[in-house]
Amino acid sequence: MKIIQHIGEYFILMGRVFRRPDRWGMFFRQYMKEVEKQGLQSLPIVIIISIFIGAILTIQAKINTENPLLPTYTTGLLTRETLLLEFSSTILCLILAGKVGSNIASEIGTMRITEQIDAMEIMGVNSANYLIAPKVVAFITMMPFLVIISIAIGLVGGWGVGAFTDIITVADYVTGIQYAFNPYYVTYGLIKSVVFAFIITTLSSYYGYNARGGALEVGIASTNAVVNSNILILFSDLILTKVLL
Amino acid sequence: MISVQDIVKSFDGNMVLNHISTEMKDGCVNMIIGQSGSGKTVFMKSLIGLFQVDGGRIEYDGRCLTDMNEKEIRALRREVGMLFQGSALFDSMTVLENVLYPLEMFSDMNHQQMVDRAKFCLEHVNIPEHVYNLMPSEISGGQQKRVAIARAIVLNPKYLFCDEPNSGLDPKTSLVIDQLIHQITQEFNMCTIINSHDMNSIMEIGDHIVFLKNGSLEWSGSKDEIFHTGNEALEDFVFASNLYKKVKAAHQA
Ligand SMILES: Nc1ncnc2c1ncn2[C@@H]1O[C@H](COP(=O)(O)OP(=O)(O)OP(=O)(O)O)[C@@H](O)[C@H]1O
Ligand SMILES: [Mg+2]
Repeated sequence: MKIIQHIGEYFILMGRVFRRPDRWGMFFRQYMKEVEKQGLQSLPIVIIISIFIGAILTIQAKINTENPLLPTYTTGLLTRETLLLEFSSTILCLILAGKVGSNIASEIGTMRITEQIDAMEIMGVNSANYLIAPKVVAFITMMPFLVIISIAIGLVGGWGVGAFTDIITVADYVTGIQYAFNPYYVTYGLIKSVVFAFIITTLSSYYGYNARGGALEVGIASTNAVVNSNILILFSDLILTKVLL
Repeated sequence: MISVQDIVKSFDGNMVLNHISTEMKDGCVNMIIGQSGSGKTVFMKSLIGLFQVDGGRIEYDGRCLTDMNEKEIRALRREVGMLFQGSALFDSMTVLENVLYPLEMFSDMNHQQMVDRAKFCLEHVNIPEHVYNLMPSEISGGQQKRVAIARAIVLNPKYLFCDEPNSGLDPKTSLVIDQLIHQITQEFNMCTIINSHDMNSIMEIGDHIVFLKNGSLEWSGSKDEIFHTGNEALEDFVFASNLYKKVKAAHQA
């Protein structure tokens, strides 16, 4: 019963978010701030995670394909496919849900409990539109770049295994990551990531916007935002994979 | 003028506002008084539509809030300024940006005019220039209240709402804030509504007083009448402090 109420309230909120902004100038100013906060400030974590995962995937792929019947390019191929299909879109978004989602939910939740949102409403501002829309649009536009960067850095991580260890040769790896490349997988990853970016930002905003009470409730809102974003990301991953692949 | 006719509000069957009717005139400080939990905040938030009333009419100079759609309510709110109990300054903006915000959202001025207007309002509430670029967390509670007043009046509102403007302030600063609100009200002929349970500010600046008890309007009138109303609940509230018992004794002597 409660979940139906949540879904209803979520869509009502979205109805207020996706309106024409009161002032486009203010929207773009907020948009640029959010691009910096959610996009650029996520770069370090994206880079660190991607390089490690790329390297680890390569090592694991090598161990699991240690079979003379399999061609030597298999390792690179597996690394590439895993990055394209799952890691750099879904897993990356799960991780970013923790960073961006909790940030959004606690920021908006704090504004709610300290009556800053009421203050905006009293001025006649559509607070849902002013606060949430720039975040959603900013993260959606930044997400494809983060995914592309993650794929590229992940592939570099795998190359590092070839270059700095004798687990695999660079030549085999480079052949592998180019072998039977299907560009549609990149499109598929990008489409998924944009959907996930929408889920993370809107769901976290919803939990923050509806926080009531005090600091404790803001903490709960932020936990709910992350947990439920993750669940919804995995669920829609399943559906999108069925539809798109 | 705001006129309230027979408004009712309850939360899950718990009646918080019980058929309240009253009128708040322009150029006056209208005080809503009553004990903690008597429904003052709910009353104020209902007046501006932050809570939806279950019944009754609220009219702003003949425009009925309860009949308006969301867009019309937003248009009306541009004529409303509100000072929240906790100041509610935007903590991601500096003092000056806080006061500029309503102008940036709604006025057609150019940037320089907006800055001039914001500075004019900040000067009006005695905020020194070196504070303009500080964040709200870096200034004192009394200063925050004053910045919030500046933000509330920057668009020249017709209606000003203040929820306990001097809670948590020392008596002297309270007096300064009270007089500031009173002065602004008369200067700009605003319809001002203040929630308070502070007898000092009631006696200092209250022009029209509405006494709420358990969500019902128990008494309303002027501050001169307040000492000899014969209303038991009101006397109980007013003379809870020994000081005012002595004031009354002096009055009678
Ligand atoms: N959002 C809400 N949901 C349910 N009940 C509420 C809500 N807000 C207020 N109430 C109830 O309404 C009653 C009046 O509360 P209100 O905040 O108006 O009191 P108040 O007169 O402003 O008190 P104080 O002087 O302490 O601020 C209280 O009994 C409170 O429990
Ligand atoms: Mg109150």
